[in-house]
Amino acid sequence: MKKLFLLASLTATVFFACKKNKIDNTLVTDADKKEVILNHANIVLASYEDSYALVAALRTKIETFTAIPIAANFEECKTAWKASRVVYNQTDAFRFSDGPIDDENGPEGTMNAWPMDENFIDYVEGDFTAGIINNPTGFPIINPEILESQNENGGETNIATGYHAIEFLLWGQDLSTTTAGQRPYTDYVTGAGGTNSNQARRAMYLKAAVDLLAQNFEYLINKWKVGGAYRTKFTTQMPVDSALTSMVRSIGSLTKGELAGERMSVALTNKDQEDEHSCFSDNTHIDVQYNFIGIQNVYMGKYVRSNGQVVQGKSLSDLISRKDAAKNNLVLAQFTDAKNKLFAIQPPFDQEIITPAGRERVTAAINACRSLADKMADAAFALGVKISF
Amino acid sequence: MIKLSTFFVLCFLIVSMIYLPACKKNEAVIVPPPPDVSELNEEYSGGLLATTFDFSENAFGREVPGLQGTQADDFAVGNSFFRNNWVSSPATTTARDGLGIMLNAQSCGGCHAKDGRAAPPTSPTAPLNGLLFRLSVPGITVHGSPNPEPIYGGQLNNRAISGVTPEGYVSTTYSQIVENYPDGSTCNLRKPTYTFTNLGYGAMQAGFMFSPRIANQVMGLGLLEAIPEATILAFADENDANKDEISGKANQVYNVVSKKTELGRFGWKANQPTIMQQTAGAFIGDMGITSSLFPNENLTPAQAALYPNLPNGGTPEIEDANLNRVVFYMRTLAVPGRRNIADALVIKGKQLFNQINCVGCHKTKIQTGIDALAQLSQQTIRPYTDLLLHDMGTALADNRPDFLASGTEWRTPPLWGLGLVKTVNGHTTLLHDGRAGNVEEAILWHSGEAEKSKTEFKKLNKADRIALIKFTESL
Repeated sequence: MKKLFLLASLTATVFFACKKNKIDNTLVTDADKKEVILNHANIVLASYEDSYALVAALRTKIETFTAIPIAANFEECKTAWKASRVVYNQTDAFRFSDGPIDDENGPEGTMNAWPMDENFIDYVEGDFTAGIINNPTGFPIINPEILESQNENGGETNIATGYHAIEFLLWGQDLSTTTAGQRPYTDYVTGAGGTNSNQARRAMYLKAAVDLLAQNFEYLINKWKVGGAYRTKFTTQMPVDSALTSMVRSIGSLTKGELAGERMSVALTNKDQEDEHSCFSDNTHIDVQYNFIGIQNVYMGKYVRSNGQVVQGKSLSDLISRKDAAKNNLVLAQFTDAKNKLFAIQPPFDQEIITPAGRERVTAAINACRSLADKMADAAFALGVKISF
Repeated sequence: MIKLSTFFVLCFLIVSMIYLPACKKNEAVIVPPPPDVSELNEEYSGGLLATTFDFSENAFGREVPGLQGTQADDFAVGNSFFRNNWVSSPATTTARDGLGIMLNAQSCGGCHAKDGRAAPPTSPTAPLNGLLFRLSVPGITVHGSPNPEPIYGGQLNNRAISGVTPEGYVSTTYSQIVENYPDGSTCNLRKPTYTFTNLGYGAMQAGFMFSPRIANQVMGLGLLEAIPEATILAFADENDANKDEISGKANQVYNVVSKKTELGRFGWKANQPTIMQQTAGAFIGDMGITSSLFPNENLTPAQAALYPNLPNGGTPEIEDANLNRVVFYMRTLAVPGRRNIADALVIKGKQLFNQINCVGCHKTKIQTGIDALAQLSQQTIRPYTDLLLHDMGTALADNRPDFLASGTEWRTPPLWGLGLVKTVNGHTTLLHDGRAGNVEEAILWHSGEAEKSKTEFKKLNKADRIALIKFTESL
């Protein structure tokens, strides 16, 4: 099959070479590719800047709450956490290509690792002395550095840091079929009215976790800002075709292995809410939907910022449509299909994977995403990007 | 169209460019660049259909391309059972309970983090995350396997579930050895010493033997399993008939499913015949999870008597459907492709790797046989192993036989993915106990059948040594 394709492209090349004098609409120059690459860098930077701003807002809310631990302030933390997830989930589309987020120094594992063993952090049903918070002897101090050193210590699900650690500290275990986790705000109240032990340490943990998360975004912004090390590499040093390949690899890997596989099919097969991405807050539907938006952003070269501003420019879609409009149209149609199916998923996801109608909706979304990844790989072939997922 | 005359002019120019430096040969020492000997598709270490070009921290965790439908589901679910912690029973999560009662880790990923490689403890009291100790006493079982230590069994379980005494701890200390090169440069090696402490069930039998084993990266196992047995046996040269000082011996081990002795392929001493048995063996030995292959808890009779009312996570604790998915996951983890294959230094290093006969054991190119999974079937792979046992000298010896493997023999480990361990696992330690801090140290620990190649390596000038290491890091 591959040979046949090579032969076909060779024939095509010869064919077009003979037609050289005519205007060639299928021509995609390095300058065109460069435009796509630069636009992508702008989208990545804007996405991380927005993510940082939303995490900084969450940090402010957490500081307020831990200073004045009342129910209203607790709810504001949760709202801010949910708001931050809308943008962060889109940035997952920048993973899987050895970029700053997940290269050998990349902070991805400290930011968004899951699933986690809750009892590594705090008490759980059946063990009220579990976790780092309830172990003042082993961990007399809780700060970002300590948490980072403990992350994934002794196991990939021993997660001490990141969004899902914060999520657990805000919501607690989700032991109900109808609601999210019900951690009382009084878990942070010291003295009279306080629930569970080590409330001050829990507050310390929450603050350290959000501080670390904000630091991680500062790191990413530094890499991608104008003049930043990775942006320079990506936009000026890397061969244009490698840069385009890395973009396709990112979104294809996210679409098939991570989104369809890890985030949906595992939970669907195991019927276990421990296997859903944001299991404490019942926010998994947002995760899968905004992963999709992130994938679309990269392919279409367009990102709507959290303030409504639009970052837009020449895209993978534009280049592919010049080489093979039909293939690009298949991808666009599949984007529509996948979007419809993903946005049909009903919260809470932990029930969606149990009820027959919900399972049907999740299955449809999984299949649509897998098909999308295959179609993107097929279309990217027209651009000379040889990749499969 | 280019005119014919232009064509000839171009040819002339190109030819002159090639010959010009040759004419100047006598005037100055011009070292010609090494010829580009990167081969077609050389970057596809796992073959054309089972190689991934994800070089991120997830480089060892990618599926072979093209898994469809239930295959993709099986991979994803297998991954989840590999990665997520098991819990002690009884628990609300019934699919994942049954941990222990004795264990080394709560999940496969607890040692093989991100499907990768563990590092040895960094201090004499650091936790043993991914380093385990096999135990035995002289003699063999009816199946030819090592005779387990009577109280502790075949492996030290340094952890246990709540209410159960762990078997003990092993403290690692290092002493320094200075290795000298003929050119006067030196390299520091660290030699480990192990001390068994906190033994929970009394002293071990006098003269017990132990073997430290670090958790290895697990991608590409499906391809290794798909290599025809005849291919591996053809590499063997037990009596060194070809006089290259490398013998190579196949291990023959017991298969608990077929109940026969078969070729061993997996593990540091090639003591496991199949991925299934390796996986089920790890579930019972490392996590205390029973399976249809190993239905009994990993307790010696002496220990079982102490814990008569064992909590049980089902019979077996990992159901066949899920065990099969984990095995499918293992089989379908893609091998990361090569980086920088056209880099002049890498090419130079590759030539040297051949020249000093590292390829005598680290076989560069192997053809897989027919496999039900197209991605693994009849593929040209570059695993850099012969899957055979070799005498590696006394310094590396564990002095603990394992089926046909003697106390000085180890299986040639595959080198594919070597350069990405740092990216995936954040360290560069190598060898069966992680004593080598990097590739250079690992090479210098080679002895026995590899003595000749090591000596050749040491004789290389520094630039060439760097090139050879650079090559291994491109794998």
